[in-house]
Amino acid sequence: MSEKRVEVILMRQLAGYLATPMLVVNPLGTLLYFNEPAEVLLGKRFDEVGELPASAWSTVFAPSDADGQPLPPEEFPLLVALARHTPSQRAFWIRSMDGQRRHIEVAAFPLIGLEGTPLGAVATLWES
Amino acid sequence: MRVRLWGTRGSVAAPGVETARYGGNTSCVEVRHADGTLLILDAGTGIRRLGSSLDAGVRRVDVLLSHLHMDHIQGLGFFDPLHDPAIEVHLWGPCSPTQDLWTRLVRYLSPPLFPVYLRDLPWLHVHNVGVGRCFEIGPFTVSAELICHPGPTLGYRIADSGATLAYLPDHEPALGLKGSYLSGEWTSGFGLAHGADLLIHDGQYTDAEYADRVGWGHSSIRQAVGFARLAEVSRLVLFHHNPTHTDDDLDRLIDVAAAGSSVPFPVMGGMESATFDVISR
Repeated sequence: MSEKRVEVILMRQLAGYLATPMLVVNPLGTLLYFNEPAEVLLGKRFDEVGELPASAWSTVFAPSDADGQPLPPEEFPLLVALARHTPSQRAFWIRSMDGQRRHIEVAAFPLIGLEGTPLGAVATLWES
Repeated sequence: MRVRLWGTRGSVAAPGVETARYGGNTSCVEVRHADGTLLILDAGTGIRRLGSSLDAGVRRVDVLLSHLHMDHIQGLGFFDPLHDPAIEVHLWGPCSPTQDLWTRLVRYLSPPLFPVYLRDLPWLHVHNVGVGRCFEIGPFTVSAELICHPGPTLGYRIADSGATLAYLPDHEPALGLKGSYLSGEWTSGFGLAHGADLLIHDGQYTDAEYADRVGWGHSSIRQAVGFARLAEVSRLVLFHHNPTHTDDDLDRLIDVAAAGSSVPFPVMGGMESATFDVISR
C-alpha cells in the first residue's frame, strides 16, 4: 500500500487543527477527509462516514438552491475547482446527515502539486 | 547491495573528539552493487572522503539528492569525480514548483558561494526526479516520493533482486499528529519504507527537543522507531544525528530506543564507516 501524496497528508493535518470547517477530495472527487468543525455541519463524524465517492456525497447532502431545486453536481464548488482548476464559491442548501437543512457557503480551491499534478481540491464551509 | 555510511550528522558538520565514533560529517551514503554500480545518496560533507576513496576504474557515479538544504549538498563541490572529465557524474534530485534542479543547484554552485560554475563541468548530467516515478540505474530500481520536510524533499526506495533499502534522511512523518500514527495510507513516506530490508531514517531529536522544533522537518528517535514499526521494516538505522549530540548521548538514546520491549527489529545508530549488506528477507 502506498501513501497519499504528502501535500494531501499535510492538508488533512492542517485541517485537523483549524476551526474552519474543511473537506478534502481527491482528483476523482472522492471525499477523503473532513475535519471536526465540518462534522458539525455535515451531521456525522468522519470516522463514521469514511471515504465517500463523489456520486455518494453529491446525493447524500441533497444540495439545492434557494427555490429548493436540486443543484447539478457540475455547479458544486468542489467539483468546479476539480474540473476547471480554479477557485469556486457558492451558497446553497444541504441536508446534513443528521437530517437538518442548512444554508451554507462553500469556497473551494484546487490542490495542484509539483509538476502541476492535480491532487484534488479543498472546500471551506460556513453556515450562513 | 552493500550500504556504507560516510556522513550521518544532521544540519551542520560536527567534527570533534566527542563525535568521533558516530562521525561529524553530514549526510552521505554509498550504495554499491556487486557489479560495481555506485549510487550515492546525498552530497553532505561525507562525500569528500567517499570521492577520494573511489577506485581509479570508476567511470560513472549517480548521486541522488534528497533535497537541497546545505547539509545535503555542501560536499558536492569537493567531490573529486565532479572535476574529473573521465568520470560521468549524474545528479538526480527534486525540482521546485518553478525551478528545475539545475537552476536550484546553481544558486549554491556558483560565485560567490563557490568558485566554479556548473556550466564549466560538461561531463555533469543533471536530472529532475519526477515525483512518484520509478527509474533504473544499472541493476537498481529507484523510486522517489515527496516526503514531509520543508521545501521539495524526496525519499528514495532502492531495490535490487528483491532486497530493498529505504532512505528518508530528513523526514517528519509525525507532523500534526495528535497521537499515534494514522494508517500507512495517511503517513508520509510509508510507501517508500514499507517492508524495507533496511530503513535509514531521520532520528535527530529527543522527544524534549522535538517539542521545541515541531515543523522543522525532523523526527525524534521515538517517532522514527514508531514509523519503522508502522512500515514493518527489517532493520532501522537512525540517521541525521543532532549536531549537539555527543557519542555518549547517542549511545544512551539509541540503547533506550532499541530496548523498547515492543520493537521487533534491530535499531542501530548510524555511524560513519558502518556497512550493511542488504538482502531480501
